[in-house]
Formats: sequence, C-alpha cells, structure tokens
Amino acid sequence: MFTTVLFYLFAAVLVGAAVGVVVARNPVHSALFLVLAFFNSAALWLLLQAEFLAIALVLVYVGAVMVLFLFVVMMLDVNVAALREGFARHAPLGLVVAGLMVVEMFQVLWVRRLGEPALLAHAQPAAVEAGVSNTKALGTLLYTQYAYPFQLAAVVLLIAIVAAIALTMRKRPGLKLQDVSKQVAVTKADRLRIIKVEAEKRP
Amino acid sequence: MNLQLPPVGLEHYLFLAGVLFSISVAGIFLNRKNVILLLMCIELMLLAVNFNFVAFSHWLGNLDGQVFVFFILTVAAAEAAIGLAILVVLFRERRTINVEELDTMRG
Amino acid sequence: MQATYLTIILAPLVAAALAGLAGRLIGRIGAHTVTILGVGLSCVLSVGVLKGFVDGTATPFNGPLYTWLVTDGVHMQIGLLVDQLTAMMMVVVTFVSLMVHIYTIGYMHEDPGYQRFFSYISLFTFSMLMLVMSNNFLQLFFGWEAVGLVSYLLIGFWYTRPTAIFANMKAFLVNRVGDFGFLLGIAVLFHFTGTLDYAEVFAKADYIAGQSVQFVSGETWNAMTVACILLFVGAMGKSAQVPLHVWLPDSMEGPTPISALIHAATMVTAGIFMVARMSPLFELSTTALSFVIVIGATTALFMGFLGLVNNDIKRVVAYSTLSQLGYMTVALGASAYAAGVFHLMTHAFFKALLFLAAGSVIMAMHHEQDMRNMGGLRKYLPITYWTCLLGSLALIGFPGFSGFFSKDALIEAVHLAAEKGQVAGAGYAYFCVLAGVFITALYSFRLVFMTFHGQERMDEHTREHLHESPWVVTVPLVLLAIPSVVIGWFTVGPMVFGHWFGGSLHVAEAHDVLGELSGEFHGPGSFVVHAFSGPAVYLALAGVATAWFLFLKRPDLPAALRVKLSGLVRVLENKYYFDWFNEHVLAAGAKAIGRIFWKGGDEMLIDGALVNGSARTVGWLSGVARHLQSGLVSHYAFAMIIGLSALVAYTLLHG
Repeated sequence: MFTTVLFYLFAAVLVGAAVGVVVARNPVHSALFLVLAFFNSAALWLLLQAEFLAIALVLVYVGAVMVLFLFVVMMLDVNVAALREGFARHAPLGLVVAGLMVVEMFQVLWVRRLGEPALLAHAQPAAVEAGVSNTKALGTLLYTQYAYPFQLAAVVLLIAIVAAIALTMRKRPGLKLQDVSKQVAVTKADRLRIIKVEAEKRP
Repeated sequence: MNLQLPPVGLEHYLFLAGVLFSISVAGIFLNRKNVILLLMCIELMLLAVNFNFVAFSHWLGNLDGQVFVFFILTVAAAEAAIGLAILVVLFRERRTINVEELDTMRG
Repeated sequence: MQATYLTIILAPLVAAALAGLAGRLIGRIGAHTVTILGVGLSCVLSVGVLKGFVDGTATPFNGPLYTWLVTDGVHMQIGLLVDQLTAMMMVVVTFVSLMVHIYTIGYMHEDPGYQRFFSYISLFTFSMLMLVMSNNFLQLFFGWEAVGLVSYLLIGFWYTRPTAIFANMKAFLVNRVGDFGFLLGIAVLFHFTGTLDYAEVFAKADYIAGQSVQFVSGETWNAMTVACILLFVGAMGKSAQVPLHVWLPDSMEGPTPISALIHAATMVTAGIFMVARMSPLFELSTTALSFVIVIGATTALFMGFLGLVNNDIKRVVAYSTLSQLGYMTVALGASAYAAGVFHLMTHAFFKALLFLAAGSVIMAMHHEQDMRNMGGLRKYLPITYWTCLLGSLALIGFPGFSGFFSKDALIEAVHLAAEKGQVAGAGYAYFCVLAGVFITALYSFRLVFMTFHGQERMDEHTREHLHESPWVVTVPLVLLAIPSVVIGWFTVGPMVFGHWFGGSLHVAEAHDVLGELSGEFHGPGSFVVHAFSGPAVYLALAGVATAWFLFLKRPDLPAALRVKLSGLVRVLENKYYFDWFNEHVLAAGAKAIGRIFWKGGDEMLIDGALVNGSARTVGWLSGVARHLQSGLVSHYAFAMIIGLSALVAYTLLHG
C-alpha cells in the first residue's frame, strides 16, 4: 500500500516535471524541471529494485549531463522570446498528437491487453532473493557476459570526449602555449652555442 | 480509510513511460525552434524508454534489461556531450540556436 | 563437279568485288575486262554443265556445301541443286548476262558510273545464280532478296534523276509486298515440315496437303493451298503479275542493258522458275493453280493492251514483258510447267534482244525514247532493224521462230486444260492468251513500224547524227538473234514434249496436259504445219496486218480512234488506275495511319503520356515531396510520430 502511494506520488511529480520541461518559458527552468524529472525517475527505479541504475541516473544525469545543460544554457546568450515564437500556434497539434498516443497506450495496456497477456497478468513481480545486491549482480553480468559491449561503450564515451573537445577547442591568436613534444625533443645543438673566445692579449 | 488503490502492476509503469514519451513528443512540437529544449526532450524520451526496460527487467526477473539501460545511459551521455558541443560551436558561428534559421542544407 | 558449280557461282562475285571495290584502280577497261571474263567463265562452264545433261552424262547434283548454322535441329546451309531445270536457267542467265556485259561497253560508254555498273551487273549474275542453284528455301530467299537489291540499285543507277529514285523506291516497296507473302509461304512450309531443304519438303508434300490452317475467322484452309498461294504472292511481286506489276514499267528508268538483263530475261522470271521448282507442291493444290492461272491470264491480256497506247519505246517492250510473263504464269497454272519454262527460255533471248535493240535505237537517237519522234530508222540502223524485226517475229510467235514453238505449245496446253476443266479459270485463261496473241502482234509491229518505217519525224540535228551502233552493241544483238530464231527447232521436242526435265519438274497424272499432247507431236516441222490449223497463227498475222494498216497505211487513223475511244484510252493511259490506287489509297492510307500512330501513339501516348508524362509526374511528385523535406527536425519527428500512431491504431483496429 505504501509503495503504491509512493508510486502515484512520484509518477505525478514526474509527469508534472515533464510538462514543466516542455512548457517552461525559461530554458533554465526547463533544465531544472528535467533535473526534477530525473530525480523522480530514480526514485521510481528504486521502487523497481534497480538501485544501481537509480543512483547512476542521479550521478550521471543530474550530476553531469544536466549540469552541462545548465552550463550551456546559461553561457549562451539566447534570445528566448524569439525561440518561443509559434509555441501557442503549435500547441493544439502537439496536444492532439500526445493525447492520441496516450489514448492508444491506454487502449493497448488495459482495454485490449496486447503483447504479453500472461506477463501483464503477473500481479507480483519476480521475487528477488534476499541478500542479493543489485549492483553486484549487474556488475557480474557486465564484466562477464557483456564484457565486450562494455568495452565498446567505453570507446563510445572516449570518442564523445574527443569529439566534444575537438569541436569546441579553438586557438586564439597571440596565445602563448607550450609545445611539450618540442621541449622534450630539443637537442643540445638547438640551445647551446660554444664560442671560441680569443685570449686577451697583454698589451 | 477506505481508499483502496489497486496494486501497481507492470502496465502502470508502461503507461507512465508512454505518458512521458507523449509529453516529450509534444515538447518537440511545441519547442520546435530551440535546440536545447529539443535535446532535453530527447533526454526525456530516452528516460521513457529506460522506464520500459527497467520495468520489464523487474517483472521478468532478468537483469539484461538493466544492462541495456546502462548502455543507453552511456550513449545518451555521449550524445548529450557531443550535441551540446555542436550547439556551442553553432552558436559561436551563427549567434543563434534557432532551428529554423539553420537551413543551409535545405533544398 | 562441285568445283565447277562453285566456280560458276563465284566467278561473277569475284569480278563484281574487283570492279566495285577496286574500280578506280583497274580503270574502265580493267572493270569490263574482269567482269566479262568472270561472267564468260561462268557461261562457258554452264554450257558445259548443260551439255552434260543433254548428252545424258551428267546426273542431277543435290548436296550441301557449307552449313551456316544449326539451331534446334534445323540445318541452315548453303547447298546446290543442279538438275536439268537449273542447268537451263544457268545457261540462260549467264548467256544473256554475257551479252549484256558486252553490250554495256558500248551503251554506257560515256557514263561516269561505268565501273559501278559493271560491278552491279556481275553481282546480279551471282545473285541470280545463287537463286537458281539453291537447294533450300533459305538460300532461295537470299538470292531472291539479292536480285531485288541489285535491281533496286540498278533502277536507281542514275540516282540524280528524281524519277529514277521514285522508280527504284517503287520497285523495292512493291517487291516487299510480294516478299512478305513469299516469306510467309516459306514459314508455312517450315512450320509443317521443320526443314528448309527442297527435297525434304517435297518428301512431306502429301503430309502438308493433309493439314489445314485456321484463320482468325475460324475458316480452315488447306495448308498446301495457303503455302502455295503465299509463295505465288512472292512470285507475283518478282515476276510482276497483276496487281503487283506496277513497278516493272517504271523500272525502265534504269539503263537499258539492265532492263534487258534484269527486267526482261532473268530476274522477273525468277517467280516463274520458283513456281516450276515448287511444282511438287503446287500440283497438290488445285485452288492455288487456279489462282495462278487467273492472275497470269489477267496479266497476259490486260498488260498487253497497255502496250498499245504507250509511246515510250522501252515501256512498250516492258508491257510486252509483263504480258509474256503472264503467259508463262498461265502455263504454270495449267500444270504445263515445261511449256512455261520453255517460254521463259525463248522469251529471255528474244526479249533481251528487243530491249538491246531498243537501247541501240535510243543511243542512236541521243537518248530520245518517244516513238512519235522516230520513224524510218531502217536505213540508218540496218543491223538493229533486222535483229529487232527477228525479235518481234519471235515475240508474236511467227511460225518457225522460237517464240512460236513456246507460245503455241503453251496455248495448246491451256486449250487442253480448259477442255479437261482441270483447274477453274482455264477457259478464261485460254480466251486471254488467244486474244493476247493478237494484241502482242499489234503492239509489237506498232513498235517496229513506228520506229523503223514511215515518215522520219525526228529533228534535223538528230537526223544528221544518226548512225549504226558500234560493234560491241551489234554483236550481242546478232548473237541473241540467232537463238531467238532457231532455238525452238532443237529444243521444243525434248523440253516440252519429251522428258528432258526428268525429275526436276513434277506433274500430277491428272494434270499432265503436255504428256497428252506429246502423242500428237511428230517433230518441229509437223508442229509448224499443224499450227496453221489453229487460230493462234492467224490471230498473230491479223495483228501484224492491223498494225500495218493503222500505222503505215493510214497513220491518221490511230489519232481518230483515240478520239472515238477516248474513255477507253484514258483508262489505258492511266494504266487501269493501279498507280492512282496505290498512291492515293494504299500509300496515302498508310501515311494517314502512320500519322495517327506518330501523332497519337508516339507523340501523345508514348512521348507525351509515358516518357514526358512520367517525368512530369515524377517532377510534380518531387515538388510535393520537396515540401516534406523541410530540413526541420520537428517535421521529421512529427512524421515519425504520426506513422507510429497510425501503426498502433491499425494494430488496435485489426490486431
């Protein structure tokens, strides 16, 4: 009963936050609403006993991605009014489409019970053995069965880092930078000049 | 207290994910000019998808779904990073992030 | 023997190639020397072959030389069939060709296309030999088309003259009509037998005669009748039978030597030869024979009439050729193949002679062809006159001349066929050929009298330059005059009433009119005497007398007659309106249909609707689709979502 209440509470806040993301006038508000939505999602995932992912969501998304978003939003001097132009004009269409999808979803899940009736008939989720850590189980799976995809994911992240830096880096003229490789590769001949000095003759 | 809520089942989570997805679709429609908001809506969509994975994983007692969510989070983080990088470069070049003005490739 | 036959065929081809391709190198004298040598070699060897058959030392040869290709069990090959019929044709072709070659040296003396001309006529000789020596339908068709091609080239030899170009186009097109029938005929035979070889087809003749062909209307025809009529349509084109005769008078636009060679002596008789060669097939279809005899009779009489009103010396001879070809066709229809082929041979000599004589006159008159401007040429051109007179006597069938034997035998055969009633239309044919004798005599001597006798109607300038033609012209005239006069004496017995042709001609027992007549034949002398008891000789003499009366005694009468019979004359002068019909109905109709297909089918439907239309449709669609490619992510997302919603809705409604 308690979890049910929690579910409805979090779900309501989540939906409200999502709506907030879409309709907020200020992009900063949108980003903050998104943070809220992620927090609630994480809470709901905890209800689903996906503890690791819940924490990862908070850390990765709220801690990193959303901060990045906020940073960009604030950094860029965006003319918000111009960007919100046409919002009211498109609202009916957007609402109709969204409403249509919700209705269809409802139809699928409750009226027609398509897909896996047997699965949906499960009143109870599969039981999780006591004392089994979600993190440990997930880690076991990742480092054994999914070892190669895991490596690939690491490569994807690496590429993302490289790409992001490559895209945003720019050289300013007149900037004095060190060239480490040049410093390392320097030889004696480049720096040192030995000059033969004539001995002073005694007058 | 005679308020008796029905137990929360898989379909509730799936429906919640559907609602979330629909809202983000509507968001893409409504904020069709603002790239940042489009990116945020896409994040929201991915979240809806992740909900489905986690819910099914829970109800089927199979962790594979959560592994998928893990990968999706990774890719989504990468995507957000590159997307924002592009956005920054774009803004630097054009002084705008209005999608409708980005029509160099338009026929 | 094979080597001899091959030499006969290939010598003219080699000569033609030399004269045609290296004509500039070897010069005029080189060109005529090499071609005359080539054709002369062929001629001598052909005579040797014929002599072998006359002596009885040679046996018919039938065999392949070279397999061109084999497909689906069908052997397409070059083969030779040399029997008595072929040997006779070979001699006729090469002899006349040789005479024409020699004559050409004089006739084409001043022409810039001298080498080209020699090349063409040698090529023609080769093609004609291929045609007559073939042992299968494919090679026959090759020869058939090759002679048609050379005929086309030679009619249009003076290609700067619009009339010549018109005439050669006409000849080509009219021949295409006939060739189409011919090809269909071969196709019918091939369909039923699966082979192109004569002997194999003949062996299955009875089988074909037992088959039937169904047309769209549901009517069934005997397969043999269909095949034979179609083959004969080819012969009608090539041998200029009504209604496909229209090209032959116009072909006189070509130089006179080729009129003699191609359009009198050899190519136009290819149809006659072909039907004679196919006698085992034609004998099995009385309907086809009836068709043949009616067409032949119509040609024989009605084309003769046209000779009466024409004033162009060459065209008169051309109409006479048409008429004589009709005679031969009548003989074929009456199953008197030997008589038809015999007439073919004699006709080849005397008609070539007449053409060459006409050419000699034209040369003397500085290329004037209108007989109204001639007259009294006898004293200027004695050799031409005498040879022409002999040719004309042969043509009208004056007793003792070659034409007499062939024509009289032919008429007798048709008479007997009509009495027996063996084919429908034989009675009509008998009437036509008898009336034709009178007409033939009339127009022949009209030509002789108008040209060589009477007043001299040419202008002063021409008269001063009148002189006899050089020896290269007169020698062929004399050489052709000899067989025109005498050949009948030696050959009528064995060829017509004997069994000289042996197996090369096949006549069904019930149709064997010549066989029945042979009982009454007791040598050429008594044949001549016997002829005086029939009407033909008197009709011919009456024709000569009428011509003499009209054109020498009372030269004012023809003009008066023309006025009196103006309606008839107009019909004749318009050649029974065949040309008018062809030009205004067939050609114009074809053009109109072509226009409809061009404008409606090609331009509107294919170009307009299909080609440009599809392009326009694609363009329009792209124009519309272009708006979908807005480049806005939200539009694409919208499309995706709409698609997703639609899919879900569909699943919900139908799932």
